[in-house]
Amino acid sequence: MEIRGFKNHPYIPNSVPAVQQEMLAEIGLSSLEDLHEEIPEELKIKGKMDLPPAIESEFELRKHVESLLRKNKSCKTNVSFLGAGCYQHYVPAICDEINSRGEFLTAYGGEPYNDHGRFQALFEYQSLMAELLDFDIVNVPTMDGSQAAATAIRMAGRITGRGEVLIPKSMDRDKMLVMKNYGKPALKLIEVDYDEKSGRIDLADLEDKLSERTAAVYFENPNFFGVIEEEGEKISALAHSVGALCVVGVDPISLGVMAPPSQYGADIICGDLQPLGIHMNYGGGQAGFISTRDEERFVMEFPSRIFGIAPTCVEGEYGFSDVAYDRTSFGHHREHGKEYVGTQSALWGITAGVYLATMGPAGMAEVGDTILKKSHYAKQVLSSIDSIKTDRFTGGFFKEFVVDFSQTKKTVTEINNALLQRGIFGGYDLSKEHPELGQCALYCVTEIHSKEELDRLAGALREILEDGGNGRVK
Amino acid sequence: MKRIDRSNKVRSFHQARWNESVIFELSQKGERGILIPKAGSGIEEALRSTDQLLSDKMKRKTAPALPEISQPRVLRHYMRISQETLGADVNIEIGQGTCTVKYSPKVNEQLARLPEMTELHPKQDPATVQGILQIMHETDLYMREISGMDRFTFQPSGGSQAIMTMAAIARAYHEKNGEGEQRDELITTIYSHPSDAAAPAVLGYKIIYIHPDEDGYPDFEAFRTVVGPKTAAFFVANPEDTGVYNTKVKNFTDLVHQNGGLCGYDQANANGLLGVTRAKEAGFDMCFFNLHKTFSTPHGCGGPAVGATGVSKELVPFLPAPLIDREGDTYFMNTDFADKEFGIGKVRLFNGVAPVVLKAYAWMRSLGAEGLYEVAKIAVLNNNYMFKKLMEIPCVDAPYTKGKQRIEQVRYTLGKLTEDTGITSGDIQRRMMDFGMHYWTSHHPYYVPEPATLEPTETPSKEDIDEYVATLKQIFEEAYNDPEIIRTAPHNSVCHQLDESEMDDPDKWAPSWRVYLRKTQ
Repeated sequence: MEIRGFKNHPYIPNSVPAVQQEMLAEIGLSSLEDLHEEIPEELKIKGKMDLPPAIESEFELRKHVESLLRKNKSCKTNVSFLGAGCYQHYVPAICDEINSRGEFLTAYGGEPYNDHGRFQALFEYQSLMAELLDFDIVNVPTMDGSQAAATAIRMAGRITGRGEVLIPKSMDRDKMLVMKNYGKPALKLIEVDYDEKSGRIDLADLEDKLSERTAAVYFENPNFFGVIEEEGEKISALAHSVGALCVVGVDPISLGVMAPPSQYGADIICGDLQPLGIHMNYGGGQAGFISTRDEERFVMEFPSRIFGIAPTCVEGEYGFSDVAYDRTSFGHHREHGKEYVGTQSALWGITAGVYLATMGPAGMAEVGDTILKKSHYAKQVLSSIDSIKTDRFTGGFFKEFVVDFSQTKKTVTEINNALLQRGIFGGYDLSKEHPELGQCALYCVTEIHSKEELDRLAGALREILEDGGNGRVK
Repeated sequence: MKRIDRSNKVRSFHQARWNESVIFELSQKGERGILIPKAGSGIEEALRSTDQLLSDKMKRKTAPALPEISQPRVLRHYMRISQETLGADVNIEIGQGTCTVKYSPKVNEQLARLPEMTELHPKQDPATVQGILQIMHETDLYMREISGMDRFTFQPSGGSQAIMTMAAIARAYHEKNGEGEQRDELITTIYSHPSDAAAPAVLGYKIIYIHPDEDGYPDFEAFRTVVGPKTAAFFVANPEDTGVYNTKVKNFTDLVHQNGGLCGYDQANANGLLGVTRAKEAGFDMCFFNLHKTFSTPHGCGGPAVGATGVSKELVPFLPAPLIDREGDTYFMNTDFADKEFGIGKVRLFNGVAPVVLKAYAWMRSLGAEGLYEVAKIAVLNNNYMFKKLMEIPCVDAPYTKGKQRIEQVRYTLGKLTEDTGITSGDIQRRMMDFGMHYWTSHHPYYVPEPATLEPTETPSKEDIDEYVATLKQIFEEAYNDPEIIRTAPHNSVCHQLDESEMDDPDKWAPSWRVYLRKTQ
């Protein structure tokens, strides 16, 4: 009989035939084929799956995957101005050092004793984020910022017993789609216009759409266009005036310099942790946070795990455990718990904790300051190019700003292609998501961009736009 | 020199215990963990004004009360608490049943941390990310072959989000057929994961549970009475968390189809089935694989993860967009496949957790079809070997299908031990930590009395399994002879027994350091 399988595979100790025979004999079988007796013959795969052959040596496997990855052009070897929800910030070495630790990397659902360190690291993450947000409660992170926003508005729906949520028309379409899919059928999302000039929420439209049916007003600061919503206090007061909650999405790296939403009336704050020490990972570095005050009516609506500090039977010893575990779907009530919980993005929570502990108050203030200055400088140098408009929105901004190419007679696609030839990833093309803006792109500038790179961008754009309109490299 | 005796079958163990402070207590005013690049004089001078970059209203007035700690002290703190975490790299990982905690190859982790992966922005021009798009496309092809489904998405970032995605697809499908309102029930079983009920309930589905029959299979007669015109879908794990494979699964899926419903396969327990049997032949329209479980990528304390979700051709238009397609030698993002009116849109920003997909890809490439088959066979061999060894112990039992094989895990019961000694499965769990072992009971509520769910996977050796069994045996003996040592356990873990009495009390719980300080003043 043909012996099937892959014997002596390095990841599978008992793929050694002699050991298999010994174990099979112990359970009264003679061959691996005698296993799976419970699976009906008609459901069994006949023959072998059609997959490429194994790359047997680790060396060749590494070479193969490296050869595929070499087809990628990274933001490390090019200059990127892409943002729109995923950001290139400096990742301190210590963040990768800690999230590469095998103990954290390979832990999962252990108990507060043998996984004491996992519980402590996540409790500390929650506590550090709470200081950054100037709020009390932060969850063990959910999948990404869009899920955090989706859950935040579901929480608001349950707390108020209402079914409408006002969202900004300026927001990321993809994030809106996540919220829509998740909110249905409990919540109806209603878009609030933005002021065409400033780029901020149109307060008159907001007031018109608020009603006794409104569960929450959701807005972002800075918003998707990078514009700062100056009237946070007014928006939250308006929401509260009809008994709705104020839910604010925020970029956490802005909070060393910008006021946290808790200080202008937010009831729930949410966002994405990725800027805090996590690589972009082609969108795989996202992780969502949700934060509230320490009030039972809020805490009990979180679907996520929340770790708390607890005494042990030994004087002076810290322990950590789940806070109000039974509100989650892991508790005794299953689907009658709050939404659902499962594997999400805990390692990025630990990483964001390491980042905040390393940065400290001074680091967060300085990174915010540098981002503000560099992004404003970038806008200033781009504004010197005649055919493009950098004041499409006049509102103040943080990190990202809209550049209007509509008068260049070129599309953002054409301009970005020309930039790409020069080793520059141009800003995110807004023309599909926000066609009302014409040919606009969202440029992102962070602490990692140098003056030379920003000047180079301006030079490249000048060349592309002023080179008789054909955009070729000179 | 005298030969040192190493014949003891049970390990003398003590986990790292650093009695570490909470990080805020390490703060020393003025210490810096890292220095930040400044804007620089060129930029400062060029900017027309720097003081009004933020309005006074939006400026943060008081700095966040983050700790101030120098870098070596931050590092040491986290190194210490990492040592206080029993990851799969350091223990014989058998005790976390249903979780498929297996060896995560280091080479894959190193590959996923190359800048050609980590420094990619998801909105880059597809021409600049051909490598990762190829990896995602080919992983889709492999998943199709392993499951028989026609198309996979990697957007769902965990098994539970994959279940939510399957429920959203079922909703979209029925809405398109004009039956969205009518079909508001979703059927699952008590031995499927709690999220098979909880995630669809978020989308408004009424959940109907099927209990097992005497043999431990989902009760077909009960099932027959609940399937009908209101059935949107049937979501089930197979094998269920008991390790029992439902031999009549096809009858279940056929009945659902006859009644116009869809069948979604929770493949969290797929590790024993790779290359042996597939979702398609069992009659499923959708399925998902946890790449952090079966495909090794690893678990990361609970993510980042991927619940790779596959569907049959008919359901492809409802998948979240984009999908990765290939034209000639070029890979591109396809959004045209999506049903513009009923497609579910998106379940996650961008296009999933790419490094996790990369690691799953590398893992599959290292094994090939024969290797995946070996994984399944050895996972099942290891489990049935341990099953036999444990069932020889008088206080251990496992309900259902007596004398038959299980797939990759078993849900045991220690009911007799508890009756005899008063020692519960939860007590055993704490005592196992004194020997450096994980041990998991079951999801709640406990349908099996005093449950223990153990899943060896393919990566422990026979000797590892023997050590795990010997350790359990010794603890069972303690239960009869010296139960106090179990009741007061753990002794050799990181900390001692917790007082969790305040964890449900809003006046006393302390979910952050600032709340702890406030409530303990």
